[in-house]
Amino acid sequence: MRITQGCFSFLPDLTDEQITAQVQYCLDKGWAVNIEFTDDPHPRNTYWEMWGLPMFDLRDAAGIMKELAECRRVYGDRYIRVSGFDSSHGWESVRISFIVNRPKEEPGFRLDRQEQRGRNISYSTHAYAAAKPEGERYG
Amino acid sequence: MNDQSMTVRGKDRYRSGVMEYKRMGYWEPAYEPRDTDVIALFRVTPQDGVDPTEACAAVAGESSTATWTVVWTDRLTAAEKYRAKCYRVEPVPNSPGSYFAYIAYDLDLFEPGSIANLTASIIGNVFGFKPLKALRLEDMRLPVAYVKTFQGPATGIVVERERLDKFGRPLLGATVKPKLGLSGRNYGRVVYEALKGGLDFTKDDENINSQPFMHWRERYLYCMEAVNRAQAATGEIKGTYLNVTAATMEDMYERAEFARDLGSVVIMIDLVIGYTAIQSMAKWARKNDMILHLHRAGHSTYTRQRTHGVSFRVIAKWMRLAGVDHIHAGTVVGKLEGDPNTTRGYYDICREDFNPMRLEHGVFFDQPWASLNRMMPVASGGIHAGQMHQLLDLLGEDVVLQFGGGTIGHPRGIQAGATANRVALEAMILARNEGRDYLHEGPEILARAAQSCTPLREALDIWKNVTFNYESTDAPDFVPTPSMAV
Repeated sequence: MRITQGCFSFLPDLTDEQITAQVQYCLDKGWAVNIEFTDDPHPRNTYWEMWGLPMFDLRDAAGIMKELAECRRVYGDRYIRVSGFDSSHGWESVRISFIVNRPKEEPGFRLDRQEQRGRNISYSTHAYAAAKPEGERYG
Repeated sequence: MNDQSMTVRGKDRYRSGVMEYKRMGYWEPAYEPRDTDVIALFRVTPQDGVDPTEACAAVAGESSTATWTVVWTDRLTAAEKYRAKCYRVEPVPNSPGSYFAYIAYDLDLFEPGSIANLTASIIGNVFGFKPLKALRLEDMRLPVAYVKTFQGPATGIVVERERLDKFGRPLLGATVKPKLGLSGRNYGRVVYEALKGGLDFTKDDENINSQPFMHWRERYLYCMEAVNRAQAATGEIKGTYLNVTAATMEDMYERAEFARDLGSVVIMIDLVIGYTAIQSMAKWARKNDMILHLHRAGHSTYTRQRTHGVSFRVIAKWMRLAGVDHIHAGTVVGKLEGDPNTTRGYYDICREDFNPMRLEHGVFFDQPWASLNRMMPVASGGIHAGQMHQLLDLLGEDVVLQFGGGTIGHPRGIQAGATANRVALEAMILARNEGRDYLHEGPEILARAAQSCTPLREALDIWKNVTFNYESTDAPDFVPTPSMAV
């Protein structure tokens, strides 16, 4: 399967040129660009690991692409996403977020159903990969 | 217009009998509204032979303290403070016989945090007043002091996006069709297919409650099976607006609690449940981490005609105060009423922290929202993937685009329809962010995306000639009115 989190998961994987254009869009808006990675793609896993701090002061797309290349070199077997953070009043949150790296195989999720009283069912979702310890999940 | 005060003062003001409203203190052209006043703008169409100033003063009177005759008991009160004051009357451009009346109301006239109380004054008796042919509430200025007495949207756009982990693009939805008749099991099938195919939300229609063909618990159970299956299949958070509209508050709470217990992220209500019920559900939603979707069922009975009723921009303001998270606000290009400029005004009311006066959008006042959460506008009704560039240009990014027929009517099935919409959307966002002139290059961008997405190509082929270009029945008075979006 292919997890479809983020802004562009239904398109073919973005080329570096395309990613650079999106990063430039964030910088032109005055947003801080952030690189994060994880090997736990659960839809409610909010806190992916940060590749350093959000790059509040880096105003150059090429610099950010260099960081991304470095992150890929170390964590190329995991999910990596790029996000743009807008600190202006009334938003103070993420403005855009998209996946820029995926594991070669995406085994997907198991859905568990716990039958309860009446016909009620309690659902939980498990990433197959997350059954293993962090760092040993892909590749 | 007449700019002289005619107010009778002192003892003569309270002599028993009938006195013109404009002489009773409801016409005060020198009055300067205070920052804490509620201001209403009415479009007043007096009966033939009725003096416009008197008609507008009567609107002020009948929506505040006045009755048809002088009463001595006014003198037991600080009557001058409580009288609404019409302070400006001007002819409506290009509408002989109609007048804009600006009326200021002291804040003490209203119970804090109650839409029911506000509306009982402003649109209470006065709309049936005989000396008027027609009356329309066009806009309101709600002072910060009053805005701050309301909870506002239970969740708001930012937190909704954070909870759903969806940023940088409009959200996608579809209303399950057919509206009526599907069993719970079949209904859930539509939900599953649409969500798995790429939509973020599916939606109950306004009149899906609990009918013989599908009782509400059946729907909720099958829908949540579908939501969870789709979530596991995509790794993305999904939702379905479970309509909790019912005959009583007790029933609605019961349904909302069941939706919560099953893990739904969103519930839905209809405008016809009434303002108090809406506020109750908004409080419930805040308390239960629930996104609250409002379907504006019934609004066109009073919002659509220019001469009489209440403008939707006022309803939108009331609903932002009342505390819903989603509100249907028009598509411009779709099948339902909505001219581009007026619709733009509605969207601004939903999403901005400050609305500057913009007569060309039908916005008559500066409106500060004082950090009240933003509402997500919903565009639904007769839209399809081939219009993606226009929708993005007209409606922006913080909007739910709902393609009901445009998903379920796809020749290769619901999943294909959903995928077509999602691919079209992502391709357009990508192009916009790259700095392309996506509005003009839209068809080309879509065609390019369709090269690697057969469902999109099929959607573009089947709906390429579908447009709904009819003249609008409600448009701003201050600009020439385009009858279509493109």
